[in-house]
Amino acid sequence: MAIVKEHELHKRRFSRNMGVGLTLLAFVALVYGLTVAKMQRGDPMEAADHSPRVSILPAEPSE
Amino acid sequence: MSDASLNTHDFSNDASFGDFFALLKPRVMSLVVFTAFVGLLVAPVSVHPIVGFASILFIAIGGGASGALNMWWEADIDAVMKRTQSRPIPSGKVSAGEAKAFGITLAVMAVVMLGLAANLVAAGILAFTIFFYVVVYTMGLKRVTPQNIVIGGAAGAFPPMIGWAVATGGVSIESVLMFSIIFMWTPPHFWALALFMNDDYTKAGVPMLPVVHGRRATRAHILVYTLFLAPVAVGAAFTSIGGPVYLTASVLLNLWFIAGAVNIWRRDEDTAIADKYRAERKFFRVSLLYLFLHFGALLVEGVLRSFGMGGW
Repeated sequence: MAIVKEHELHKRRFSRNMGVGLTLLAFVALVYGLTVAKMQRGDPMEAADHSPRVSILPAEPSE
Repeated sequence: MSDASLNTHDFSNDASFGDFFALLKPRVMSLVVFTAFVGLLVAPVSVHPIVGFASILFIAIGGGASGALNMWWEADIDAVMKRTQSRPIPSGKVSAGEAKAFGITLAVMAVVMLGLAANLVAAGILAFTIFFYVVVYTMGLKRVTPQNIVIGGAAGAFPPMIGWAVATGGVSIESVLMFSIIFMWTPPHFWALALFMNDDYTKAGVPMLPVVHGRRATRAHILVYTLFLAPVAVGAAFTSIGGPVYLTASVLLNLWFIAGAVNIWRRDEDTAIADKYRAERKFFRVSLLYLFLHFGALLVEGVLRSFGMGGW
């Protein structure tokens, strides 16, 4: 069975590759949407951003 | 072996995208999506729509992954049962190894993503559900005990609890009751199916109740579980997720369901064979409607509550 440039196999696999591609694209969009939603909601956003984390700073005495 | 025979791999039975999707058991997944959605929506805490959508999706993928792992483990049984012979592995489209890798990857991905999208409690319950369905039920108990369905039912009962946990971050009486409804409903539902699909299970050597203890005992079991289910289902009406709509629906549905179970219990085999298991088939269809309408009624109560109506 010779594999030629445009083998029938390529045509058959096209739909599968397309499906995987679109699924991955949808996943990226979903994670992006989740990130935006979480930022808007103001979830705890402390991360490794090279600045002191509020939660570990000593509490300042109130006046 | 000649040169020509080196390259004889047959590509005509290649798996398509749809075959991998079929590994996720889409019909079971639709039940998972629906009940998880209800669990999430009836919770007293509102969830951002995108977070809610993503969470339901990851719960569905987690459920689908357990389906794929179940098909990997049960390929030998599926090949002999008429109902499952056309599944991707027995039909030769997907190899058992591919299904296993696919299932494990999706399971890990779903749990991690649910933890990130919602919270660790929801992710933890999802992980436990997958473990319970694949390891405890599929690998451990299904081929060993006729009570397999009772235990396996627990796995299918977790999704509304996960949905609830996505919103609230915890477990409470309401989510335990939603769990219990599905848990108690599963045995009569599947035993009714086993009564008229008995030959398949016998051929596959799965110790379903009618195969091991006979049909008479199965009929009695269906009735007992249906009777135990009723107070659990009606009881949910008196919690924060219930209300008059749910109470009315639940009472009527339970009367209908119990009447069906009593009918099955009173029939003997000759009558059942004579009318080709009409009552059993009808009970099976009613059971699907029973669960759908119970969760539908909970959904209605939830929507009404958000408009300031519903509830007690």
